[in-house]
Amino acid sequence: MSRQKIKNKHVYGPWEIVWIVVLILLAVMILYPLFWIIMSSFKDYAGIYGDVWGLPDVWHIENYSLAWNRGISRYFVNSVIVTVCSLIGVTLVSTFAAFGICQIKGKGGNALFLFCMCGLLLSPQVCLLPLFMLLKSMGIKNTLSAMILPYIAFRLPVSIMMIRSFFVGISKEMEEAAIIDGAGLMKIYTSIYLPLSKPIISTVIIMTSYYAWNEFMFATIFVDSSELRTIPVGLMVFRDGLMTEWGVVLAGMVIACLPLVVIFLFMQKSFVRGMTAGSVKG
Amino acid sequence: MKRKKKKNLQAFLFVIPAILILGLFVYYPLIKNVVYSFQSFGLSDTGKKWVGLANYTKLFQDKTILVSLKNNLRYAVVSIICQVGLGLVIAAVLEDIAFKKISPFFRSVYFLPTLISMTVVCLLFDFIYNPQMGLLNSLLEQIGLGKYKQIWLGNKKTAMYSVIAVSQWQSVGYIVMLFIVAIQKIPGDLYEAATVDGAGKLKRFLYITAPQVRPMFFVTMVLTVVGAFTVFNEPYILTGGGPGTATMVLSLHMYQTGFVKNNMGYASAIAMLIFVITAVLSAVQFFSFGSDEEA
Repeated sequence: MSRQKIKNKHVYGPWEIVWIVVLILLAVMILYPLFWIIMSSFKDYAGIYGDVWGLPDVWHIENYSLAWNRGISRYFVNSVIVTVCSLIGVTLVSTFAAFGICQIKGKGGNALFLFCMCGLLLSPQVCLLPLFMLLKSMGIKNTLSAMILPYIAFRLPVSIMMIRSFFVGISKEMEEAAIIDGAGLMKIYTSIYLPLSKPIISTVIIMTSYYAWNEFMFATIFVDSSELRTIPVGLMVFRDGLMTEWGVVLAGMVIACLPLVVIFLFMQKSFVRGMTAGSVKG
Repeated sequence: MKRKKKKNLQAFLFVIPAILILGLFVYYPLIKNVVYSFQSFGLSDTGKKWVGLANYTKLFQDKTILVSLKNNLRYAVVSIICQVGLGLVIAAVLEDIAFKKISPFFRSVYFLPTLISMTVVCLLFDFIYNPQMGLLNSLLEQIGLGKYKQIWLGNKKTAMYSVIAVSQWQSVGYIVMLFIVAIQKIPGDLYEAATVDGAGKLKRFLYITAPQVRPMFFVTMVLTVVGAFTVFNEPYILTGGGPGTATMVLSLHMYQTGFVKNNMGYASAIAMLIFVITAVLSAVQFFSFGSDEEA
């Protein structure tokens, strides 16, 4: 108790005040541009051009419905489809793989694990050209699958790594009891491993959604029909098409950010855990 | 013994989907890329011509490669200073007990840009850098530094650093978060012992925090440097490599060589260069610390 007091006495010296100022300055540098996007998304061209810093004179709420109707809705739906398919694929394939790797006794399991992990060394940029040729020869270039399949593939190594390290920690007692009862591997997977690993699966889901929702390079190169664009690519086209209607473009930008920001606000803890676990960003 | 083998075989079935997907979409393209780098062909050509090492010798004569490498290197240096260096300091400050109450707020604020897709961030900075109505020039004018006004993305001297700044703005919060996680794992009695010995905050940072987060320091170094050598989105969206080749980076050069100049063979050689640089860096992290446990 007395020690706590001593500490508190020294808490706010001149250095602490300097640091508070620095922290606030940094926060302003980050928050103001975000605030500016939201504020300007309610303005028209003259409002932005005439007074960049001011609040809107007239609140053009219709910017949002204009943005939505002029294409963002299409991109949004595509992004949802791509994200949902990717996360289902990643979750299924990586839990399967991690389970299998854990069950294989001897060196085989380690070798398979290493095979999956080597994918971590590869950045998507390196595979860009041959992947393009591959998708073209498979006839799925310019389809939603041209994004979904590579997204699944590039998220697998990190997902398998995280799920495996979780599976290793699951106690073997229930599994042994189930084996005595004559349960097969599939039964053990669905009734013991899957139900126990909800926390790690939700982490993998968050990481995959984050990646699939924001991915730009594959999406812009593997798909060229405007019907199939996801939001990050769609926004670029949207801007080029609207030229000076900045308010509408900004409204589209806000719509693009909303889903992840909402998830973050509601599930901050699992989000941060997901993004820091394994320390591998998309 | 037989039963064990049978069980292993059954378990192997579970891994097959992952092997197939990884094999087809990750490893096969990599091998294919090696093959392409010895060939010469365009996007719609049916035949491919073998050219031996010609694409690789070209790497050494191509001036744009040198410019790109330099820009990637600048990217890496600035990212190490701003994200790893500054990120560690900010994380340490936020974890100081003096800021215990307010640190969750700042943490979340700094993390926000990480959530936003690169496209949105780039479009935002396009507005900020806009020479006529952009926020940056307007701000400089208002605080009396009007003479520093620039065409930020159009001037060869400022373009690259303007692009680099965008990434710093987006990613520093993420690195801060990683360091916070690492600092929270340091046993509290280390600090208490140091405080009893009369160590000030600076000393505690230098002799406890910094050495204790060394593994994370390494992880973030590799993360930012690999990121800097594979960067694509920011220059692609903001400048397209221009003005001239002022903001050209390796992956953008690869993209333009392959898809714009229709020289897939040489582009694959550039991809191999990126691969060698990044794989070596990641391998160092992978094998020296192991990625098995959460870093």
